[in-house]
Amino acid sequence: MGEHGNGGPNSGAVIKAGEGRSSGYAIDNPGLPPHRPRLSDADEKAAKRAERQVSALFLISIIGTVMFFVGYFAVGVTAGDLQMLRLQNTLLGLGVAFAMLGIGLGVVQWARALMPDHEVIEDRKPLRKEADRAEAAQTINEIVDETQIKRRPLLRNTLIGAALLAPLPAVIVFRDLDRSEDFGPERMRHTMWEEGVRLVRDPTGTPIRASDLTVGSAVHAIPETLREVSGHGDRLAEKAKAVVLLIRMNPDDFEPVTPGREDWKYEGIIACSKVCTHVGCPVALYERHTHHLLCPCHQSTFDAAEEFKVIFGPAGRPLPQLPITVDDEGFLIARSDFTEPVGPTYWERG
Amino acid sequence: MKALSQKRRHPLAAVALLLLGLLLTGGLYAAATSINDAQATNAAEAYSASDVEEGERLFVANCATCHGINAEGSDAGPSLIGSGAAAVDFQVGTGRMPMQMSGPQAQKKPAQFNDEQTMQLSAYVASLGSGPAVPDEEYLDVEQGNIARGGELFRINCAMCHNAAAAGGALTEGKYAPALDGVESRHIYAAMVTGPQNMPEFNDSNIPPEDKRDIIAFLKNNESQGVPGGFSLGSLGPVSEGLLIWTLGLALLIGSMVWLTSRSS
Repeated sequence: MGEHGNGGPNSGAVIKAGEGRSSGYAIDNPGLPPHRPRLSDADEKAAKRAERQVSALFLISIIGTVMFFVGYFAVGVTAGDLQMLRLQNTLLGLGVAFAMLGIGLGVVQWARALMPDHEVIEDRKPLRKEADRAEAAQTINEIVDETQIKRRPLLRNTLIGAALLAPLPAVIVFRDLDRSEDFGPERMRHTMWEEGVRLVRDPTGTPIRASDLTVGSAVHAIPETLREVSGHGDRLAEKAKAVVLLIRMNPDDFEPVTPGREDWKYEGIIACSKVCTHVGCPVALYERHTHHLLCPCHQSTFDAAEEFKVIFGPAGRPLPQLPITVDDEGFLIARSDFTEPVGPTYWERG
Repeated sequence: MKALSQKRRHPLAAVALLLLGLLLTGGLYAAATSINDAQATNAAEAYSASDVEEGERLFVANCATCHGINAEGSDAGPSLIGSGAAAVDFQVGTGRMPMQMSGPQAQKKPAQFNDEQTMQLSAYVASLGSGPAVPDEEYLDVEQGNIARGGELFRINCAMCHNAAAAGGALTEGKYAPALDGVESRHIYAAMVTGPQNMPEFNDSNIPPEDKRDIIAFLKNNESQGVPGGFSLGSLGPVSEGLLIWTLGLALLIGSMVWLTSRSS
């Protein structure tokens, strides 16, 4: 600013077309286009109209704020009354939106239509020489000298020590968010499944007979021992690791099994961990005819016929399979824990 | 007994005996018929021979091209022997069958057969082999359902495909789980029992009929509540919300930038 000296704000262009300073370039600087007065500059009526527009926008803002308070205080929401809750939400949302937008749009319209709109050229400061750089370097050096940090190593060393130690409380605080004894990646390695533990339905807890599953069935199962875990948080944590999807397929549909897994399924019943090996979403979108399992988060697809091999998507390895069989009474039981950690691949597994 | 034998020649003895006999036969008959009724509703196989006959005629005319003249199946369609009445009631009642076009999945459309014809087709398929029957009214009465329990069962067994708000969702290769609002209770029930298309089956030993009723009650309650949070955008989560903000939201931002930098006339 500063090139518009005297006269009113709308006194005209500072530089007119054709007055561009000769710059030595092939094409001369044409300067600014001629200033064109706005309707509101020339016509007092138009200016009045713009004024009314702006104040109307501010008024909308005021109404919006009032709407917010009406919604907040006057609309009584009783438990279970969703109609009133909906009305309240609408009033709160629209009220705040009008209150903010009204002020914002009003100020912009004010600036566009009424405030002076003369053009101004501000030249870029010419780049300065090496001397300036040396001057800046000298200033910094002076500051360093004045702190006396070089002369007094005790100051420097204690500062370094303090700065190194200061973040440690944060480490301790975060570490103490979980004080359990098995803290660390090891706890992700094992789940509650072990030999002889019955598979029970989630959430009812009833045991599952092999004959309960018809071909094409899908059952969500948890270990029976889960109910013995005390503490809601611990139970949820154990459940999150141990959840299993049980499906029964036509036994002819299975691909040949890997050696060592021959007795992992019972008839056509096969069980897998529901925790996706990508980032741990629950994989349970089961298609009975294609026997594909789809993860809803990133579309990793696993094939139940091929021991839950990844056939599409970002997951890095198959879903862990739970070895199962039946006990004397015909209920499904686990043969052992999962033979590999469930869930997303973590650093130790590479 | 002595007193009784002395009075057996009393003039009113015959009348008393007659009354007793009538009462006994009447009572027995009433009991017998109610047992019969109970059996009929329990099995839900109250189809008459003429229903089966009429159903077979409809089947041969409309379904046999793909499912085979004896419902034994062909390359174009599966065998229906043992599918049961519930499967037919669902597939035909929701218009999925006869199929509109071949594709990844049969789509819902206006039903091609009226209720009676659907019942006759169900009767015919049910006569071919035992399968899930059309559900009892008792298990469709949402008044008796436990909504909270139904919600828990729904979130564990159904929500991963049908969405937590029952708005449906995509599966692989063009298949999808449909939205559940506006679906009749008996069709929801039948879908759980029979597992149509790629849906897994949830038979009665996995989810007992009472639990199915709870799930239906939850869905119906969900439907009647509306969306208290404003525009639901199909309740599809980040997909529809992201699309909206990337199209409408960005367009609004660009528009306001153009307006901000334009000269007032």
